[in-house]
This record gives sequence, C-alpha cells and structure tokens, in this order.
Amino acid sequence: MNGKLHRVEADADTPLLYVLREDLQLNAAKFGCGVAQCGACTVVVDGVATFSCVTPIGRLAGKEITTVEGLGSIDAPGSLQRAFIEEQAAQCGYCIAGMMMRAHALLLKNPHPSDAEIRSELEPNLCRCGTHMRILRAVQRAAQSSSGANPGGSK
Amino acid sequence: MTGRSDEWVQGRSDDSASERAHGSASERAHDWVPGAIISRRCALQGTGALILSFATGPAAVAQESPAQRGGGRGPSLPGSLARAPYLDGWIRIDAQGQVTAFTGKAELGQGIKTALLQVTADELCVPLERLQLVTADTARTVNEGYTAGSHSMQDSGTALRNAAAQVRELLLAEAARRLGTEPQRLSAEAGVVSSPDGRKLSYGELVSDSLLHVQAQPTSKLTPPDRHRFIDKPQPRVDIPGKVTGGQAYVQDMRLAGMLHARVVRPPSYAAQLTRLDTSEVERMSGVVKIVRDGNFVAVVAEREFAAIKAMRALQAQASWHESAVLPERTDLTRTLLGLPSQDYTILDSQGGTGTSASSHEATYTRPYVAHASVGPSCAIAQFHDGNLTVWTHTQGVYPDRQAISELLSLAPEKIRCIHVEGSGCYGHNGADDAAADAALIASHLPGRPIRVQWMREQEFAWEPFGPAMIAKVRASLDSSGRITAWDYGVWSNTHATRPGPAGDLLAGQLCARALQSPAPRPLPQPEGGGDRNAIPLYVLPRARVVHHFIPSMPLRVSALRSLGGYMNVFCIESFMDELALAARIDPVEFRLQHLEDSRARDVITATAHRFGWAQRRPGGHGTGCGFAFARYKNLAAYCAVALEVEVASGGIRVRRVVATVDTGQVVNPDGVRNQIEGGILQSFSWTLFESVGFDTRRILSLDWARYPIMRFSAVPDSVDVQVIDRPGEVFLGCGEASQGPAAGALGNAVADATGKRLRDLPLKAQPA
Repeated sequence: MNGKLHRVEADADTPLLYVLREDLQLNAAKFGCGVAQCGACTVVVDGVATFSCVTPIGRLAGKEITTVEGLGSIDAPGSLQRAFIEEQAAQCGYCIAGMMMRAHALLLKNPHPSDAEIRSELEPNLCRCGTHMRILRAVQRAAQSSSGANPGGSK
Repeated sequence: MTGRSDEWVQGRSDDSASERAHGSASERAHDWVPGAIISRRCALQGTGALILSFATGPAAVAQESPAQRGGGRGPSLPGSLARAPYLDGWIRIDAQGQVTAFTGKAELGQGIKTALLQVTADELCVPLERLQLVTADTARTVNEGYTAGSHSMQDSGTALRNAAAQVRELLLAEAARRLGTEPQRLSAEAGVVSSPDGRKLSYGELVSDSLLHVQAQPTSKLTPPDRHRFIDKPQPRVDIPGKVTGGQAYVQDMRLAGMLHARVVRPPSYAAQLTRLDTSEVERMSGVVKIVRDGNFVAVVAEREFAAIKAMRALQAQASWHESAVLPERTDLTRTLLGLPSQDYTILDSQGGTGTSASSHEATYTRPYVAHASVGPSCAIAQFHDGNLTVWTHTQGVYPDRQAISELLSLAPEKIRCIHVEGSGCYGHNGADDAAADAALIASHLPGRPIRVQWMREQEFAWEPFGPAMIAKVRASLDSSGRITAWDYGVWSNTHATRPGPAGDLLAGQLCARALQSPAPRPLPQPEGGGDRNAIPLYVLPRARVVHHFIPSMPLRVSALRSLGGYMNVFCIESFMDELALAARIDPVEFRLQHLEDSRARDVITATAHRFGWAQRRPGGHGTGCGFAFARYKNLAAYCAVALEVEVASGGIRVRRVVATVDTGQVVNPDGVRNQIEGGILQSFSWTLFESVGFDTRRILSLDWARYPIMRFSAVPDSVDVQVIDRPGEVFLGCGEASQGPAAGALGNAVADATGKRLRDLPLKAQPA
C-alpha cells in the first residue's frame, strides 16, 4: 500500500474500501455507491484503476495498491495533485480522489493522452458539481509536467 | 419589484441612477460609494473618510424563506450584522494577535470559506494566511439561518466585510488614544498599527474583550476597490490542497475515539408500516452492538462499518412491511398535478400598453422530479455526553437543525450543539438533516459513544426530498412590429422548502413511534419566491399577468433544489422568448434586447453574444444549432447569459461549445465565480438532458446511477468559457445558482435551432432531424 507493507485482519469478503478507510485510516477513497457505478472509491491496484467498493480484500494479497495518499502530501504534493491545485479542479471535491486515481492509472500506461482519451478513461467516474472541464485540464497539465516513471507522484 | 425596501445611496455613478429608474432594489446604503469617499486606504491618512449615505428600510437579510428567518428588525445594519450586531460575534483577536473570523454560513463546496477570508483580510489589513475561519457551529458562530439561495456573500460576506472594517477602525482609534494622536495619522498593515514617527502597536496589544464587544454601526469605512489586495483577485481555495491529498475533509472522514457505525433500515416505500421485525439473528451477528427500533425507524449499530452494512442487509431481510400505493402514475404526472387543488397567487398583474395584437402564441412546459443526487450519500456523527448532545453534520443550517433535533428528542436546544462539517456537495436540501437526526436518535440509545451514520446510495435516492415536478403554461401576443403586447404565465408547483425547523420535516420524526407530522407547506413569498422564483420575466411587458398555482399536496417528498423554481421558470420563459422571436422573424438576441431596459442585463447579453460570435454563427440545421438565454437570478441577484452550440445525432444531444457571462456585482474571487458558474451550467445540462426520478405507484425506482443517470464525461462540452463582468464597488449578488436557468434555456433553444422542433418537456429527448 503506497509503497509500504500492511498487515490487516479483516473478513475476506470485506471490500478494500472499508479496509482503507477504517483499518488504515486513509481518507481519500470515498464511499459513493457501493456498486461500482460512480468511481468515488477508485484506487490503483497493480497499475489498474479499480473500484475499491466492490473489491474484496481477500483477493488482494500481494498486490500493489496506490491511493491518493501515495501520490504526495499536502506539504509535498505530487504532480497530479499539484495540477489539480493549480487548475482549482474541485468544488465539493468528494469525487476528486477517485478522478485522480483513474487519471493516475491512465498516465501510467499512456503518459501523454489526448483529450478524447482522458474523457474516455474518466467515463466511469461521476462528478455532480460540474467540475469536469477543470478535471480535464488538470489531467492534461499533469501529463505535461510529469516524468514517465511515476506520473502522478512526487518524483 | 414588490416587497423590498428601496435603499438608495447618494453619489452613485450613472449606472446606478439608471438602475434606480428601472426599479432595481439591489443597492444598499452601506456599501462603498464611488465618488463619495474622498481618500481612504488601509493606511488611513490625511482628510479621513466621508460617507454620504442613508437608508430608508431595514437591511435585507433574506434567507431562502424569509418566513423562516426569525430575528427582529434592528437598525439598518449591513448583511447578517442586522441579526447579529456585535462585532465580536464575527471577529475575535487574541493577545498574540491571532485573528479569527466567524461565519454562520457553511462551506458546501462553493468556496465560501476562501471568499469570506478574502473580504476579512482586506478590511482588517491582515494577510489572508494568518486568518482563521470558524464556520457554522451553534456553540461558536452567529445564527445565519441556512446556507442557501446564493445568499452567503450578501449576508455573511457583507457582514464580515463591514465587521472587519469597523474592527480595524476601533483598533486605529485605540492606537490613536494610546499614542496621543489622531486615527487618521495612523496606518494599519499586517496586523500592526504604525504612526508616522515609527511607533508601532500590534492588534494583539491593542485588543481587549470590551473593545470588540460593541454593536456594529450602519456604515463602515470600506476599503475602496483600487486598494483591494485580496478582493477581486484570484485566490486559490483554502480547502483544495487538503481535498486532493487525502486530508480529513468531510464528516465522512471523521474518526472519533470509541466511534460506532450505524446503518438505518428504511421502509421500502413512503407509507410502509413495519409489521414484523425479527432481530434475533442479527443480534447474534459478529460485531453488532445494538438494534434500535422506534416505530418505523429501524437502525443497527456495529463496531465496524462493513459489519454494520452486513447487519443492515440481514435486518432488511427480516423486516416485513405493509406498503400502500400512494404515488401517482408517472406516465400521467402532469394531469395528476394539475388535478390537485391549488392556491392561486397572482404575483404580477400589469395592465399597461395599447398595442394591437397581430398574433398570439401559447405553450406548455413540464419538468419531472429531479434528485440532488450528491455523489456522497448523507452522513452524520452524534454523541451524547452527560446529557448533552453533539452532532457533526453537513446540514445547510446548524441552528434550524438543532431546533428540529431538540423537538425530536425532547431535549432543550441549549443541550445540543450542531457543528457543520463538510459533506459531498448538496445543491439544496438533501438527506443531510435527516442523517443528522438519525445519528442523534440512535445516539440517544447509546450514550457516551459517537455514532456515525452513513446512508447507502439507494437510501439517498429513495428518501431525499426531490426538486418538485412543475408545469408552466404561457400565452403571449405580438404586435406587427414583433413587440410583445401581452403575456400570461401560470406555474404549478409544490413547495420548494420543507426544511427542518420542525421535527416533522425529519424522516426520523416521521418514522418514529410518535409519527410527527410535517407542517402544512407554505409558498415562499416573492420577490425571491419558490415555485414562482423567476416566474416574472425581467423583460418589459406592457400587459402581463403571472400566477403561481401553489399545490399543497405533495405526492413525492420535495424540497429545495438549487435555484428552486428558477431553473424551470427561466427554461420556460427563455424557450418561449425564442418561440416568439421565431414567430416575429427577429434574431433571438435582438428580440431580447428589444424587450430589456436594465443596462446590466443588456451588458451580459451583448458581451455573451460578442464572445460567442453570435452574429457570425452558422444557421441551424443538419444536426447543429445555437441557442441563447438570459436571466437575472430571482430578478434581484446575479445577471447571467449563456450562448451555446449543440449537435443532435442518433446518440442524442451533445453540447459542443458554451460561452457565459455573469455580473455578480463586486467580485471577490474571480476564479471562484467562474467555478460556480461553470459548475452550474454543467449540472443544469445534466438535469436538462438526463434526469428524471423514476417511481411506480408504491416505490421510488431510480435507486442507483443506472436508473438515475447523470452527465458523464462523454456528454461534457468541448469548451465552457465564462466571462465575469467586473463591477467594483457594487454590492455582492451571489453566483451559486445564477447559471442554472439560462443554461437550460440556451440548450432547449439550440436543440430547436438544430432540429426545427421545439421540445417543451424535460428532460429533452431529441432525434436528429
């Protein structure tokens, strides 16, 4: 998890989301729908954007998991976080962590996506405030500013 | 413009003289007056300030519902100072010079915290990053009612700005007294007062408890726009860095020591009665602490969150309900609503004009029930401790919520503290207050332990109060030159406000064994209105009648959704203006200008048309078209015009390009204004193209995002360009709801331009021509 090994005790059917939020006390991944329809819970598992609300923890032993907390911190934000701050890409911000993780997975496999590719990739994630234009700009900005190896992160 | 005091300021510019001639009541006596202030800056020097102003009525402190406002008529104080006049209710400074500002308004994702810090920093001459801000909390902040109706800058922004200016003046006066000089010889900078001879006193040294515990004065020495350092400058929002780095930003993120997780088990439909509940199996489930049953209110409490969810599912399976078919046929909704008894209020009846009608036109428009559909379901935490209750809630009104919970639990309000903590964006009255009441009721069964309740997605969709379905019928006549000679408009709607206050407006109140009744709904009065918000066109209409058909009976649970009836009424008026323009063979923008005298209205329209290239647009047809719309929100707040281009193909309607212009008076955070206008436009597109609450005669059926689709990225426009007209020195007009109606009107008009077919039923479903 974000570069560290964690050992948690949880029923195997517990969705990753609750382990993140309750056992590991991480705030970024959010409960939105519980049925993989909104993307607020999105994290990256072995490089792939994943709905943590429907991913049982029992299937994740040995997997590499990245959350927004793994991209940087408030004192040392990563390039994707900096881009979202610079574009002021949030209103309520509840969906934003999920947006960032889906964008992070996209940038891992495609460091310089087109506008159409970003839109297509972000399709599973809902924003209710109408921040979409800023989210698109922030992902573009991150793509332009990041190095290839760790697109969303602080390097 | 009825029912609003006409306040008037001497020494106005030409702009406002023409405003007054046209009946605008937006000016307030206490705001900065160009030309009337001789010389003033943070560093006050020389001749001092002269403010020439007087007011003839009480300061307007309107909430969404003035009837629910409470509070007395004080002197004419600016913004919410009228209901909370003591300066130390707004600004406090400790001996170390730390400045804390207090607001009764709440951050809902609209960026209000940042804007309030900007106005405070400017007037108090303190760097923004050194300010602290405390938002809505019944133990710490003044009662500013609800954070609603695009009122936060008008109410709280105006109050804090004036309070900060008056505190600065008190500090300067105190420094002058101690230094044996005149205040005008002193300057304030970064929390320190300096005299020309180099002596300095910090705010911390100057302040005392008694110094700021004084009532505000009606007028303030406000900093003139050319001296602003923070106001009208783009200011990065203070909450965004935490939100994008996994900070604890929301009530959903709070983890209190000993906290338990609760889930409610809701009835399957509105009128369902619990006939049997076998709790034995669930009580034995691992981690389950308690099952709470109070009438039809059922909840389960567990040590861990997922255990609470599993227990909730198990308990649902063990509950039997008797359901009744109390909902109307959705396919026949318009007829059902028109068939319900209505109270009819004529809100405009003008009998001018002598023009002869050459043609007459009429149309009927409908809107379905629309959900707030916050991405994060409602959540709250409540804790009883020594007979006192603390509730952490994303309510829009901590004081009204406290009142409701007080009644629900028969507990004195003084024993309850409601603290606002951000939730997912709310867009009006969603499940926030209900979740707070759920948490409070459950906590009353488990004193000592903090109880966190989060609703499930399907519970939010089934039980939130929806934006009401509405119908509007309009008739108008044109003379041979294409001018409107007569206008007759009727709008049918439920109430747009069933907020607590009363505990009967809480789900927990209705479901508990006491089965509290929701009070009889009342229409929100003009000029802001509810279902009739923006039902009176701003256009010059010599003969016009507007009737609000208020329907008390509510087949579905309804309440305030962003812009209330404004969205629907502007959609109808702006659609019909285009229909009339087409009939008159006049360009839609020109047609609007021909019927508008308000210079600020004309400015946003011409600026939008110019930026969009309206005159050079391609003629509509072959699946593409352009549309235009305009409104002044509530006819007394921000002006907004929208122009856009759509394509209509087999896949549906897609907006390509949007240009919008807003005049929100004095701008505080220009990027914040753009963010709100842009967000309002996209949300309005989502309502207009996709959204309709589904139900059969028993149950709400649109319980997930598949059955209640909203806009996804594939439907997001190629570009949205928002211009902000700068009006330095004008009063704050707010902007949170200004673009909702114009965006919908422009979209409908563009679809008609593209297809040649006028769509009048929301959401718009178009086929290629």
